[in-house]
Amino acid sequence: MTDPWPWYVSGPLIGLIVPLLLLVGGRQFGVSSNLRHLYAACGLSRNPFFNYDWKREGAWNLVFALGLVLGGFVAVRFLSAGSITPTLGEATRADLARLGITEISGFVPPQLVSWPALATWPGFVTMVVGGFLVGFGARWAGGCTSGHAISGLANFQWPSLLAVVGFFAGGLLMTHVLLPLLF
Amino acid sequence: MAATGNAFARSEALTADVEAAAAVDDVRVPAVAEWFAYLGIGIVLGILFVKSQVLSWYRIQEMFRFQSFHMYGVIATAIATAAIAVLAIRAADARTVKGDKITIPPKGCSRYATRYWLGGSVFGLGWALLGACPGPIFTLIGTGSTVLIVALAAAVGGTAAYGYARNHLPH
Repeated sequence: MTDPWPWYVSGPLIGLIVPLLLLVGGRQFGVSSNLRHLYAACGLSRNPFFNYDWKREGAWNLVFALGLVLGGFVAVRFLSAGSITPTLGEATRADLARLGITEISGFVPPQLVSWPALATWPGFVTMVVGGFLVGFGARWAGGCTSGHAISGLANFQWPSLLAVVGFFAGGLLMTHVLLPLLF
Repeated sequence: MAATGNAFARSEALTADVEAAAAVDDVRVPAVAEWFAYLGIGIVLGILFVKSQVLSWYRIQEMFRFQSFHMYGVIATAIATAAIAVLAIRAADARTVKGDKITIPPKGCSRYATRYWLGGSVFGLGWALLGACPGPIFTLIGTGSTVLIVALAAAVGGTAAYGYARNHLPH
């Protein structure tokens, strides 16, 4: 229970979120819409894309996202024992060392994702540029990993398959070509 | 070429707005129990993100380097389970707990489906760099990596930038 759960246990349980949301309120699983709701809620823009009734359309999803935050706290505080760092293979460790990432601890590498790292070039690029691309790309594609890869593919939507191919194309390009140039 | 692109963008933008308006009309204000259900389902998914380790930057790197089956196993079994459940809901013509009909609108698509593969690729660049997609960004904040608030703000900024640029982007 306090160890990491294998993929054949956690994967199907994640999949069950889709029918749960449908049965509770006919809602479609998709997290990235919250980024739009959050900006709409700021009320900074006269752009029609951000002027809609975000409370009626998105309040349920923002409450769901608050649950995601609380779930992270609960899992680490009450359902984890010992190290939370994933066990990495030799090949991955060697690849990361080549990028200068030698400190492997926590869920995220402290050299890239931490408050002190924010003041460094690799940390800034990772968090700020990475976050920006996630938000820009998810809305352009009309969904992220949850909305397209899980909700969309589970509903046999071929546009979602194209989006997922795009996710992987972009991810492979970043990992194998751009990361060595950036860091 | 540019003019064609813009025409597509405009027609797509129009469809999206009409869809959004229709969606708003369908939305009821949830009852208190429903709010707690969304919060509870969110908490469960947050726990699953942690216990499956899919929120880990390292796991995303392993995946894009094809050095572990773990992420592929999680994603594939999640899709398979969700697909069977959606088929079952359709077959049984199941309704929500309140008795409303369940409808899943299909994803609209232009001739070249540009928004999906091109927008998706931009998302992929960010996914591999940040090592987290939107769901795990929220959960990581809860695990104590509070610096992800910066990534969340950047992602909201990216969404805002898309909102301003969308009429000039191909869809």
